[in-house]
Amino acid sequence: MYEISLLTVMSFSVIFALSLNLITGFCGQISLGHAAFYGIGAYSAALFTTGGGSFWLALPIAMAVAGFFGFIVGFASLRVRHDFLAITTMGVGFLFTGFVRQQEFLGGEEGIAGIPDPGIGQIPYMLLCAAFAAAVIAFSLYLKRSWMGHAFDAIATDEDTARTLGIDVARYKLTAFVFGTGLAGLAGALFAHYVKFVEVESFDFIESISVLAMVIVGGIGSIWGVVVAAAVLSVLPLLLQVFADYKLLIYGVLLFTVMYFAPGGVDSLMQTLWRRISGRQRRDKGQ
Amino acid sequence: MKALLSIEGVTVRFGGVDALADVGFGVPRGALLGLIGPNGAGKTTMMRVITGMVRPQAGRLAIDGTEISRLPTHRRVRMGLGLSQQLVRPFAGMTAVENVALAAGHATTANPLAALVTISRAAERDRARTLLQLVGIADAADALPDKLPLGYLKRLEMARALALDPKVLLLDEPLAGLNSAEAPHLADTIADLNRQGTTVVLIEHNLIEVMRICRHLVVLDNGRKIGDGEPAVVMADPAVRAAYLGSQEERHAAA
Repeated sequence: MYEISLLTVMSFSVIFALSLNLITGFCGQISLGHAAFYGIGAYSAALFTTGGGSFWLALPIAMAVAGFFGFIVGFASLRVRHDFLAITTMGVGFLFTGFVRQQEFLGGEEGIAGIPDPGIGQIPYMLLCAAFAAAVIAFSLYLKRSWMGHAFDAIATDEDTARTLGIDVARYKLTAFVFGTGLAGLAGALFAHYVKFVEVESFDFIESISVLAMVIVGGIGSIWGVVVAAAVLSVLPLLLQVFADYKLLIYGVLLFTVMYFAPGGVDSLMQTLWRRISGRQRRDKGQ
Repeated sequence: MKALLSIEGVTVRFGGVDALADVGFGVPRGALLGLIGPNGAGKTTMMRVITGMVRPQAGRLAIDGTEISRLPTHRRVRMGLGLSQQLVRPFAGMTAVENVALAAGHATTANPLAALVTISRAAERDRARTLLQLVGIADAADALPDKLPLGYLKRLEMARALALDPKVLLLDEPLAGLNSAEAPHLADTIADLNRQGTTVVLIEHNLIEVMRICRHLVVLDNGRKIGDGEPAVVMADPAVRAAYLGSQEERHAAA
């Protein structure tokens, strides 16, 4: 059924977008190569299950492998900041696609086909993805309230001052990278076992920008804003052929419009709207 | 008396200029030490060397006998340094009380795992409110920093440093930006904190308040130490007077 596939796509897109939101939104570390970790998760899960491994084991493996590479790349964020980090992570993305294209065991240009079905049926798979998405939303909400979220917030605002408050910025950044890339790996594994075919184009620079667009349009750091943006932007190309044809153009316009007119994204627009509505109600009551 | 914070032979060169040349002094436990000198003397550079934001070309620093020269800033802070910076740097997205509570939670944030499994901020918020009251800005507890005047932000910066429970409190011009009623009041607060056991290093241009509350002065001029001792004795030194009067004459001439 069509709705089932929409909900499935929506679910792993929400996980993917929230995973970047954790790194870029919570901890303030920009990444232009996040699709690489989505890809690492997809490829490691695909390799594992096409080799006869269990789907259920493939999920934690995909998270661990993606998180391991995220840890390595996280070191870059300790040495470079802001626009330099953007360029560095962009390089990581190209490194991933460049590497995969040349590797026979990863299927090279052809990709990996014939990824086995998890064997639980379409609706349970959709529910599984939705449950993971719900868990990641819950984890994000929890993280934001925890002391780790408080420290991330400080690092995102001003990491030098965070240091003067005794915060070990390096360990927190690495933690954000491991969590964020690990969850991207989970999203990748779920994606791979939904489409049953992975190729390098699914994880290229455009994909990195697409997921960043979801985070920016939703409102950098805002959990619900990013959930809404990811849910809508991921299924629009499936619903409207126009959107699929002009995806890049539309993403470009969206990114430009949001950054120019509403840097807080959907989240701040909703808050402004809410304040206006509740303000009007208060005024109405006053009269 | 053994120094709580000892600084030996610190040299910092920026380009070809000696910002600090072989400067050393000790901060005895319980001291309220004023680090003074004309503009450009190297006071803030010294503060940044102590906190590890500037790496000196030479020199040795120790807290309580433990060398800290090679430690990164956050480790020095955890060993007992609390810093209130000259240029205020509040976290813009957090209210005053959240800014201070973050510092008050230093035992939790020291370990990311502990930070991950800890939610409650009630105790830290309470402590933050107490500290905001102590520095006299309890009324601004729930305000965002961009809504607060500089005098408030200076005190917020100080409350945040105090929340770290420092052994040595480093204050870089805490009185700047305060009016003539607020400055003596905050100076009294600093003196009170010192009486209650916090060792304080105070960089301050307000000499009236420095002379009133400090019991020990270190004077820098052009990156060199030109005075170290009791305030009255140090200020009577012709070299110190020359440095101060000279620079004030220059300032008058410039104005």
